[in-house]
Amino acid sequence: MEILRLNQISPDQVILFQWGFAHVSATLAYTWLIMAILLALAFLVGRTATSDVKITRWQNLLEVVVGGIREQIHEVSQDDPDHYMAFIGTLFLFIGTSNLLLIVPGYVAPTSSLTTTAALAVTVFLAVPIYGIGRNGLSYFREYFQPTFIFFPFHVMGEFTRTLALAIRLFGNIMSHDKVIAILLAVTPLFFPIIMHALGLLIGMVQAYIFSILAMVYIASVTQVHHEGHAHKEVPQ
Amino acid sequence: MDSLTVVAIASIITAGVTMALGAIGPALSEGIAAKQAVSAIAQQPDEKNTITRTLFVSLAMIESIAIYCFVISMILIFANPFWDHFITMAKGG
Repeated sequence: MEILRLNQISPDQVILFQWGFAHVSATLAYTWLIMAILLALAFLVGRTATSDVKITRWQNLLEVVVGGIREQIHEVSQDDPDHYMAFIGTLFLFIGTSNLLLIVPGYVAPTSSLTTTAALAVTVFLAVPIYGIGRNGLSYFREYFQPTFIFFPFHVMGEFTRTLALAIRLFGNIMSHDKVIAILLAVTPLFFPIIMHALGLLIGMVQAYIFSILAMVYIASVTQVHHEGHAHKEVPQ
Repeated sequence: MDSLTVVAIASIITAGVTMALGAIGPALSEGIAAKQAVSAIAQQPDEKNTITRTLFVSLAMIESIAIYCFVISMILIFANPFWDHFITMAKGG
């Protein structure tokens, strides 16, 4: 059963249910599915989590994932990962799960819709000033006037273009993978699409990794550079 | 030729040309980036993790240019606004 036809480039156009003016598109339904999977996994594993030496397999899996994310955050930010874990970890787990489930037949990744990726990019866009102000207070805004005030419009422009680039990159990669699989299924059935599916798993994880690492790099750039600025200022005194 | 045919011809040709020209730059740049990263890893195997992470991030940056071209050509083929406009005009008029 094909949920997403070849000539539809967004799962937003697929309406699964409709009551009056409210309708549930495929994007929304599969986003809920991923949220349910992540919440159920966290609840079921967290309920029996122990700090004992003997742990269950599922707790081991979760510890490996969480430990890996913490390590990556620490390497990028050179800071306590707990500050950023809630935001970056959620981004990574959501995008990663959404892309990994692509091998399930009948599933349409919500990340192959521009609305989902735009929403995720907007959260990054908002998180950067929130973390910056939380760390440096209002002197965060001095960042926009470095090195001189002429650079103010370019800093603002940069904020918007990198948000757009985040959204389009994730959307383009996952959507193009969907389309390539659909076209290959029509041209050379069975064998070649399987290889492309395996490649798609790699692409999906790399994109999830890149999205969260870029978000971390953007946040780290406003929380770190300022420290160096202070340090430089204190040197002459 | 009526306007529908002109739109169809222009869209198809432009989609192909967009992809062809748009893939040249990113392909060359990704090759250069990968070459530099591999030689850097060969010289400093200890810094492998940092180099690999930076390489992935830069590859994603470079690749997004090709992805923009791909999105444009996909829109031209599957969700062309001009095509839809002329279709509705042909139905209405």
